[in-house]
Amino acid sequence: MFDFGILTNWIHTQLTSVMSEGLAIFLECVIIGVLLLLLYVIIAIIMIYMERKVCAAFQCRLGPTRVGPWGSVQVICDVFKMLTKEIITIRHSDKFLYNLAPYIVILASVMAFACIPISRGLEILDFNVGVLFFMAASSIGIVGILLAGWSSNSKYSLIGAMRSGAQMISYELSVGLSILTIVVLTDTMQFSEIVMRQADGWFIFKGHIPAVIAFVIYLIAGNAEVNRGPFDLPEAESELTAGYHTEYSGMHFGLFYVAEFVNLFIISSIAATIFLGGWMPLHIPGLDGFNAVMDAIPGFIWFFAKAFFIVWLLMWIKWTFPRLRIDQILTLEWKYLVPIGLLNLLLMVIVVVFKLHF
Amino acid sequence: MINYIKGLFKGLWSLLVGLKVTFREFFTRKITEQYPENRSTLKMNERFCGELTMPHDENGNNRCIACGLCQMACPNGSIRITSEMVTDPDTGKQKKHLVKYEYDLGSCMFCHLCVNACPHHAIEFSTGFEHAVFTRSKLIKTLNKQ
Ligand code: SF4
Ligand code: SF4
Repeated sequence: MFDFGILTNWIHTQLTSVMSEGLAIFLECVIIGVLLLLLYVIIAIIMIYMERKVCAAFQCRLGPTRVGPWGSVQVICDVFKMLTKEIITIRHSDKFLYNLAPYIVILASVMAFACIPISRGLEILDFNVGVLFFMAASSIGIVGILLAGWSSNSKYSLIGAMRSGAQMISYELSVGLSILTIVVLTDTMQFSEIVMRQADGWFIFKGHIPAVIAFVIYLIAGNAEVNRGPFDLPEAESELTAGYHTEYSGMHFGLFYVAEFVNLFIISSIAATIFLGGWMPLHIPGLDGFNAVMDAIPGFIWFFAKAFFIVWLLMWIKWTFPRLRIDQILTLEWKYLVPIGLLNLLLMVIVVVFKLHF
Repeated sequence: MINYIKGLFKGLWSLLVGLKVTFREFFTRKITEQYPENRSTLKMNERFCGELTMPHDENGNNRCIACGLCQMACPNGSIRITSEMVTDPDTGKQKKHLVKYEYDLGSCMFCHLCVNACPHHAIEFSTGFEHAVFTRSKLIKTLNKQ
């Protein structure tokens, strides 16, 4: 498995040989920031294209086909269209908060995005409480959504924002519990360590029953976290026009839109990282020839394949089920997912204490 | 408690059934028509309502007796019939004869009331759908052959 850490270390030593340490680190930060944003945009474009195609396939349609081969340039055209649109300021809105909200949402999303280990040595934010940081960073997005709803001075936005507040804060709990289940199994919160421990089998196999239950809970709660699928109450088109971003236009709307799709990718890639081994190839203990073949495939291909597979799973769920009512959403969370998650955590503790895992 | 667990598994089961349906749909042949490209091979559904036509047999005769029922049935006034009285040379009786059957595609709402009203099945809907023209007057069509 190629270690990108060698490459980054080499760049670092080259830079420090011509300039001071502080300047080198500053320069590296700038480069990484730019690359991160670039990757962010590319992922967003791929995700929007994928969403259109997958959604079309589930509805027995073809999706975009006209612009470029198989409609592949369609999303790029849409991005340019969005960029040329006017940003309208609403007259009786709270101007400062109104303009700030989309940036808070995107900031939270980028910070969470930076936590994802893409390949060996390709981790941007990687420290011993990475999981905690990820949870904290991703929940800042709720503040942005609440601000957007509050400051745009529209009843639809406000109702949408309130719903998303209730929903996202509740489901945070289940996401946390299911990640915690895996943390119990690994006894580490560092993403790179979590991936390394899966070298002899992914956690969904190693942790068997509790891991599978945690995986399912994570998928449900994660879907609700990003306001998608059957849980898209905050932007229920049929009742709230567009929910919290009703009053936004141009690129400010675009930021919400992009953040929503990348959040979906982030949720999926975290699921891929903690349950399906992230960039770790499929290893079966004992079959050395097979493992060697699997190792030949680069880590980031494994990572993106797994992440997009989970994205596909979530899209499948989204385009299958009808939207829930707000009371049904809260019932599902507080009466089903949280108790099951807690019991599952207990089960995992028993499994770990009695060494019943592989 | 027992109801809670039963409800949980029943709910899960119904969700899985739903997922199965959409999973199958994901792989079925897509029904989207790539219209301008497949124009030569495109087959419309039989019951598609394109525009009103009056079929003629090989001698150029239609079955219309100019009774005017279709004109009266049409809620939009899209049909205008001009008729004349002619004397039948064999029997010497007076008989109505259709001169002009005008149909305004622009104000038709494809409700089929005219087709249902006709006692002689003289009119029917075709599946042609390429109706775009440059002037409104071109939408007023004369259906019978003179
Ligand atoms: S289909 Fe309806 S609207 Fe059209 S001509 Fe016949 S009766 Fe009139
Ligand atoms: S088309 Fe039918 S209903 Fe209309 S005038 Fe002719 S025979 Fe009568």
